[in-house]
Amino acid sequence: MSALLDTAGEEARTADRRGTAGRPGRWAAPPRPVWEEEPARAGLAGKGIALGLACFAILFPLWIVVVTSLQTKKTIDEAGGLVVVPRSVTFVAYQELLGGGQVQRAALVSIGVTLVGTLFSMTVSVLCAYGLSRTSSLGHRWILMTLLATMFFGAGLIPTYLLVQALGLTDTYLALILPSAVSVFNILVLRSFFMGISPELIDSARIDGAGDWRILWKIVMPLSRAVLAVIALFYAVGYWSAWFNASIYLTDQDMMPLQNVMIQLVQKQERPVGLAAQINTGQLSPLAIQMAVMVMALLPVAVLSPFVQKHFKKGMLTGAIKG
Amino acid sequence: MSHSTVPRPRAEAKTAQTAPVASDDTTGPPPRGGRRAGRPSLRLRFKRDRALLLMTLPAVLLILVFNYIPILGNVVAFQDYDPYLSENGFVAIFQSPWVGVAQFERIFADSDFWHAVQNTFVLFFLQLVLFFPVPILLALLINSIVRPRIRAVAQAVMYLPHFFSWVLVVTVFMQIFGGAGVIAQTLRQHGVDGFDLMTNPETFKYLVTVEMIWKDAGWGIIVFLAALSSVSHDLYEAAAMDGAGRWRRMWHITLPALRPVIALLLVLRVGDALTVGFEQLLLQRQAVGVEASDVLDTYVWWNGIRNQDFSYAAAAGLIKGVVGLALVLAANKVAHLMGEQGVYKK
Repeated sequence: MSALLDTAGEEARTADRRGTAGRPGRWAAPPRPVWEEEPARAGLAGKGIALGLACFAILFPLWIVVVTSLQTKKTIDEAGGLVVVPRSVTFVAYQELLGGGQVQRAALVSIGVTLVGTLFSMTVSVLCAYGLSRTSSLGHRWILMTLLATMFFGAGLIPTYLLVQALGLTDTYLALILPSAVSVFNILVLRSFFMGISPELIDSARIDGAGDWRILWKIVMPLSRAVLAVIALFYAVGYWSAWFNASIYLTDQDMMPLQNVMIQLVQKQERPVGLAAQINTGQLSPLAIQMAVMVMALLPVAVLSPFVQKHFKKGMLTGAIKG
Repeated sequence: MSHSTVPRPRAEAKTAQTAPVASDDTTGPPPRGGRRAGRPSLRLRFKRDRALLLMTLPAVLLILVFNYIPILGNVVAFQDYDPYLSENGFVAIFQSPWVGVAQFERIFADSDFWHAVQNTFVLFFLQLVLFFPVPILLALLINSIVRPRIRAVAQAVMYLPHFFSWVLVVTVFMQIFGGAGVIAQTLRQHGVDGFDLMTNPETFKYLVTVEMIWKDAGWGIIVFLAALSSVSHDLYEAAAMDGAGRWRRMWHITLPALRPVIALLLVLRVGDALTVGFEQLLLQRQAVGVEASDVLDTYVWWNGIRNQDFSYAAAAGLIKGVVGLALVLAANKVAHLMGEQGVYKK
């Protein structure tokens, strides 16, 4: 198992084997090793088609959503609904949504919960991961077991719901953050990364008089930027995408985050508060508004995740599973 | 300095990238019971490690409050819990009457429960057969792309839907397969009416499986790519020298390299068999109806959150939790018997 998930030399190895290191054209195929046979025409075509189909299946629906959100009411009416080939460009749907009202407020709520929640989760997780990174420390084994056990037995929805109610968290934003603030999986990934940092480095800092807080802040965290970015992205996406807790813990419609408003507007086809008049009088296309709400929900993740992509593997499985 | 009065044994040296999965903190049998010779006293160790302990405190507190206390809260499954007996719902637990296993008897007599169980297993089975192989095939496809830029772009596209919320995935599927979606729209222009897969109970189980593939199959390739990248290239070269063609090299080198990962993921999946997509199904419950979409998780939600029959729903949730735990342990046992690692070590 361990050897399999060791991804260390992958880039180096691939580059070495194909001789791509420092090669100018990254679109070009690297030279083939002498022993490898010429690829069959049919095989290449098959691979190309399979890859094309997979990418098409993912991107085509998103294309329709984005394009339709940018159409005028006239072109949407002409197309009889969703627009595949863009025939006009207008940002009127976004202007209306961001000009105040239900969707703007929901977007701000989502941004706020995501920022505060991610900061809180990261702080708690990084501290805990570092606190558990010395295998000889007091209580290390017990604390680790306490965390690990939660991965085997979930308490269940109802007792958690009753607890959140009893703590008086209902109708507060804390109910969207606290119950799911720590992911044991993420802590374990961070911990295994911290444990991989050269102990010489840490020992020498200790000899120079640095305490654990200082070592974490000045040495461990700067050396772990890649994995911190991945875990922060995981937490942020979790908060941004969450809707269920809001649906059971919040009753005030004005507090709802973007995902919950999206359920109302897109899935249940309700008219957005404040824009109903413009839609009913035919100034605005309800479809463009719906698609614009969806674009607002997908844009942040679609923009952010590719930046962290090359580090994803570090945040997956490596070191997370152990007993 | 207060923290360095006792020498701290070093963790084993290793670099971040090569940290193995399951062997970093147990290089020998863990010391159990009794102090090892030369081990500092508890008081000294506490003094030395108090900063570390303090650091773990917030996370441990959150876990205790939101993961462990609710486990105790499962006692309501053996009660006829009434939250209105007290101002505070937790105090009400102590005032509610005990009814033994009456809730469980009610559940087992409820045909809706068995229907939810059946749906759960049907969906689990479909996911196992239709979803599970897709990431493996995609990983082999990606792995065979030699142009680095195309590879990176293809990976970026395939990872993308994993980061979308279920609300977004379901609404995106509505735009394609729904009554107002592109397919229905095109068919209507050609005189065919009434196409709407989102509300069709017959095909619903395939729809949710396809949604799941769309969202997470691309993400699933990461583990397989990691496994593939660690295969020594000399193996392929040696096999080619011995006359093995492309397909034989894949069969005899690539697939055996993936075997432990596949086994691990199978164990994880079987251990989690009762979880077949809670949010996803809840979101589509209204459109497609309860009959097609009710699974154990949504059954608990309906009875507990919607109908406020807390004890009944908690009992149903407890059944799921206990059976789930048994499945995890059993799946690991099987993995160990097969000589694989499983989730935890023997």
